[in-house]
Amino acid sequence: MTALDLKDIQKSYGATKVIHGIDLKIDEGEFIVFVGPSGCGKSTLLRMIAGLESITGGDMHIGGERVNDIPPSQRGIAMVFQSYALYPHMTVYDNMAFGMKIARAPKEEIEKRVRAAADILQLTPYLERLPKALSGGQRQRVAIGRAIVRNPKVFLFDEPLSNLDAALRVATRIEIAKLKGSMPDTTMIYVTHDQVEAMTLADRIVVLSAGHIEQVGAPIELYERPANLFVAQFIGSPAMNIQPATIEKTGRTTTVRLSGGTAEVPITSPETLAGKPAKFGVRPEDLRLADGGDHLFEGEVHFVERLGEVTNIYLKVVGVEEAVVVKVAGVQRHAKGDQVRITAAPEKMHLFTEEGRSLLYL
Amino acid sequence: MAMSSTIPTPTTGSPGPGGFLVTLAIALIIMLAGIVVSVVCAVAVFAALNAVLPDIKLVQAVLVMLLGVAACFGYFWGSNRILDTIYPARGVHIADNINKANGIRPWLFLGPAVVILGIYLVYPVVNSIFLSFHGPDGRQWVGGANYAWLATDAAFRESMFNNILWLLVVPAAATFFGLIAAALTDRIGWGNLAKSLIFMPMAISFVGASVIWKFIYDYRAEGTEQIGLLNAIVTFFGGEPQAWITLPLWNSFFLMVILIWIQTGFAMVILSAALRGIPEETIEAAIIDGASPFQIFYKIKVPQIWATIAVVWTTITILVLKVFDIVLAMTNGQWGSQVLANYMFDWMFRGLDFGRASTIALVIMAMVTPIMIWNIREARKDMK
Repeated sequence: MTALDLKDIQKSYGATKVIHGIDLKIDEGEFIVFVGPSGCGKSTLLRMIAGLESITGGDMHIGGERVNDIPPSQRGIAMVFQSYALYPHMTVYDNMAFGMKIARAPKEEIEKRVRAAADILQLTPYLERLPKALSGGQRQRVAIGRAIVRNPKVFLFDEPLSNLDAALRVATRIEIAKLKGSMPDTTMIYVTHDQVEAMTLADRIVVLSAGHIEQVGAPIELYERPANLFVAQFIGSPAMNIQPATIEKTGRTTTVRLSGGTAEVPITSPETLAGKPAKFGVRPEDLRLADGGDHLFEGEVHFVERLGEVTNIYLKVVGVEEAVVVKVAGVQRHAKGDQVRITAAPEKMHLFTEEGRSLLYL
Repeated sequence: MAMSSTIPTPTTGSPGPGGFLVTLAIALIIMLAGIVVSVVCAVAVFAALNAVLPDIKLVQAVLVMLLGVAACFGYFWGSNRILDTIYPARGVHIADNINKANGIRPWLFLGPAVVILGIYLVYPVVNSIFLSFHGPDGRQWVGGANYAWLATDAAFRESMFNNILWLLVVPAAATFFGLIAAALTDRIGWGNLAKSLIFMPMAISFVGASVIWKFIYDYRAEGTEQIGLLNAIVTFFGGEPQAWITLPLWNSFFLMVILIWIQTGFAMVILSAALRGIPEETIEAAIIDGASPFQIFYKIKVPQIWATIAVVWTTITILVLKVFDIVLAMTNGQWGSQVLANYMFDWMFRGLDFGRASTIALVIMAMVTPIMIWNIREARKDMK
């Protein structure tokens, strides 16, 4: 069943258009992550779903009901804010109970629901405390608890982990994943700029850029089959290596000419592209050091990052402007100035048109 | 110096009571030296210049002012210089010297101001207490006679009653209207213009404001044309013109309106800043929780600025306890509108009884002090 349906959703501030017609269907129980760089409109889109921003154009349906003109409290949503947004003058209990008190719910019902939410989030010992007496992680749990008490159809998270320190962020990420597991029928929409959160939490990721959807898909699909250069470079770290190429031979497999040789890629290409310029992409982790003569690039090491588990080697390759990054497992002893040859498995290579569209989706 | 080398503890920590006394003693000596040197220099320069300058009073006055300012600068510069000479920021004891100099310097710079302010604040209190036990001329001892008189004096009771009325009405009304004005002008385009208009009475002196309101409450003898705004409105609706400020009890409220009119602007400006400091996301969270604008105002916004409201309230309370100018200018305490400050003024300059006036002054001080202490504590808490 469709929990949330966006049809040509648009947003403008005066003459400035920030959301350019978003179409998206979200199924009940899905965990959706909106991801994109700063200013891509992901938070605006979430706030439009919440009802905190008006909708300039298009139709929005939550649970089959058109909600464009329905106030936030009646949309069946709950939101967790980046700054937690707890009411500083109320105890943890009152923070969680506030919505139900406003709705004049019976006292026993409020008590039951708040206690249940506090139980799930291990907040019971803190119910009588004020937010200022809690740690950052506890405050975030209260914010989540306040959302749970509302018993919403759709949960909205606006960068909920970005105010936490690194260790707590990982712990809370796992908490949220567990929470989702315990509420399989609840739809969750989660905004982040952190691709690790996106990859680990999402059923489907929506990649946004400049108010457009670039691609919607399962995390691994986005990783393995990015629809365009933007998604290819946004997902994965370090970003995918991209370099200019010319298509030499089209057909079931495509042969491209690169600066240092040719590569045969098992991707189908239409005849119209023969002889056209294109972009060739390969992820740093898919590149490996070549032992023998067969290689894709040859370059000079000009920078090495040793992280222990992996080593990132930055190569200067003749004819390629940007450094080619190679990510190899373990600690590598290469030094600046070394000449290395690298290669990659053909099925790990990506091809894009000059405009940046993946050949897989033509 | 010799002493410091025998003490093994580092000097960065807070000094013990002995260290503190030493610091204070050195500070006092340097302070005195600085004052003496700068005053002697100033007097010497004045004597030298006065001998050659023409004997005109204005020239002498200007010269004295310039030399006074110069002597102040001379004191700060000179005392700092003496300190740096005693504890030079070089040599083997450099860290020790810098720490010690830093401990003494605030005393040097603040000392003269603290002493002068202290004298001006403490001396009047002590003298008032002294006078309150003495007769009208402040010479013969009368024991508790002034207090006994106060306890039975009808006019004092009237003043107390009116002061309490003022206390209950004005701070509450001014804070309330200020809060409403702040909330209403917060998010509208012409809000700033409205705020300026509401704030403007703050710039008018109490006496000036009283003169303005005299025209509003003005009453002319029957048969002549009424020029008072309030009477104009009353007669327009067919009522009888009234001499408003002579109506007992009511007149106190008419006078309170003036102070509320003035103080609403103050409350609004402070509360408006506090309202802007409320995190926007807590309001959005309340919107999602289904709170109406009115509920958001009194359940989310007001509790978050409660500390500021309390400070505004008490600040106006202190002002109200001292209210004087408005009553003096409007009724001079006639027709049952007397208040403490005006009553004190009456006994001081009309009754020429220093004893009774001082006793009333002490009553006012006793009422203001606890509120003042609480107010300062709250304000400090707010700043943290």
